[in-house]
Amino acid sequence: MHIIENGNVAAALGVKLCRANVIAAYPITPQTPLTERLSEYVEAGEMKAEYIPVESEHSALAVCIAASSAGTRVSTATSANGLLYMHEQVQWAAGARLPIVMCVVNRAVGAPWNIWNDQQDSISQRDTGWIQMYCADHQQIIDTVIKAYWLAEKVSIPIMVCYDGYILSHTYMPFDVPDQEQVDAFLPPFRPDYALNPEDPANLNTVTLPDVRMDVHGELAHGYMEIRYLLQEEMRTTLAVAAEAEKRFTEIFGRGGDPYIEPYRCDDAEYVAVGLGSLTYQLRVCVDALRKEGINVGVMGVRFYRPFPDEAIANALKGKKGVIVFEKALSYGYEGALASDLKSALYEHLAYTGALPVVQNFIVGIGGRDIRTEELTQNLKAATQHRVSKEPAWIGLKL
Amino acid sequence: MNKDFIEIRWHGRGGQGAITAAKIVAGAAFVSGYAGVVMAPSFGTERRGAPVMTSLTISREKIYDLSPIETPDIVVILDHLLLKEADVTHGLKPGGIIVLNTPMAFESYHFKDYKLATADITAISVEAGLPHGMVNTGIIGSLEKAANLLGIDILIQGIENEFTKRKPEKNALAAKLAYERTVAGG
Repeated sequence: MHIIENGNVAAALGVKLCRANVIAAYPITPQTPLTERLSEYVEAGEMKAEYIPVESEHSALAVCIAASSAGTRVSTATSANGLLYMHEQVQWAAGARLPIVMCVVNRAVGAPWNIWNDQQDSISQRDTGWIQMYCADHQQIIDTVIKAYWLAEKVSIPIMVCYDGYILSHTYMPFDVPDQEQVDAFLPPFRPDYALNPEDPANLNTVTLPDVRMDVHGELAHGYMEIRYLLQEEMRTTLAVAAEAEKRFTEIFGRGGDPYIEPYRCDDAEYVAVGLGSLTYQLRVCVDALRKEGINVGVMGVRFYRPFPDEAIANALKGKKGVIVFEKALSYGYEGALASDLKSALYEHLAYTGALPVVQNFIVGIGGRDIRTEELTQNLKAATQHRVSKEPAWIGLKL
Repeated sequence: MNKDFIEIRWHGRGGQGAITAAKIVAGAAFVSGYAGVVMAPSFGTERRGAPVMTSLTISREKIYDLSPIETPDIVVILDHLLLKEADVTHGLKPGGIIVLNTPMAFESYHFKDYKLATADITAISVEAGLPHGMVNTGIIGSLEKAANLLGIDILIQGIENEFTKRKPEKNALAAKLAYERTVAGG
């Protein structure tokens, strides 16, 4: 059924349809309406879940870690400094291999204090061992939440479902809400291989030695390094599992596409804009305008940021003259993290061809600065005509 | 006005229900066959009584550009005192429509290049049985009279659906009366 609602409601409906059993979250703008909505579902008995109010984001994720370890499906959500405050637990959840799904409603981080949208919060968590998926509209938000639970539980790795604060979280648009039966057919109940059980006490993730050792049963137990190696290995194989998730999803819900990237008018393009989230949909309008001027340009949204779909991205960009990476975040002291990752993928997969696309990096919309479509179009156009700058170029800067 | 792509900016005060009104029009547009409807409130400074804005874009096709609208076809003003507090006609296209809730006479306003439509929604809503100051359903009637967008029936249906448990008949009546009594200029 199609409804018109905001992006936070799309996320909340996704969590509800996935039958999360434990919800723990601390309110922070622009995530607040999402957790409010979930608490209302629980209060009204529409969700058979326990909503655990907590005093901080650190505690929110600690509760989720405990509940997930006990074998329940859990949900949390946060933004900006809330995400940074959970950072220690973020790392822990990944190392403990818990299939937690967390919505990150992207917002700028302080200082200075700012409540508006950019993506510095989730990008700064890139190396924590979480899968990161980015959404471009409300349909993708609700669908991604549903896919995320299936995928997280399949690979035992937590997932951040990231969507732009305000631009998506507070904006109303139509989207299809799947039937409960469809979601139940897609997502089986959560039955982990191991769950905490008071009848059979165990220690989880206690001090793990640098080297392997015999455990109390006389079996060779992994050292810390083996456990971390397996996280990396299984993050990489998650790409293949994500393709399976997309296939299953498409069969049941009748919509889906490339699991990793979302190209638009890229096939015959000489230049391709690349980005994460709602910005890539706005760039479609720029692409259409420039096509009318005879400029062969396309845009590609990256849906998975970690694990990084390097091969899919490089293949899609093979033979292009230029790639223009638009980012709402950056690695201070160098450039946008996506631009760096993308260049690495191009080098790895295309260096042998002797023809690497030129990469231009733009920084936009930091701290919620309006991203004007006309300005975006002119910058994209400029990057198809000449090298704008080696350093990332900031669009709309007023200095 | 190009009715395949319509941009409407709503000016109200925090708590006046401009967002709910825009949402009702969005829903009515969607069921009327507009595949693209996007309603984007202004963020961060909303509080009760303060001037607030929301934008509504209605399109025959899915909307990919969610950036703030800059050149609306229509502005809807829920409180005439906002004319002095906010630049409500900013970016309004030449020939664009201003829908204004005001107790003052239509003739007392002079907007060059724009089409004005006025009604005393505040009084009409009280007459319809709503509490004083509830104007967000009445204004929908004025908007429809001024712009002839979707037809009053589908908008009234939308109002009744939105206010199922909160005086649906009175809210619908407010919109109907406002539709009948709005004075619209050329």
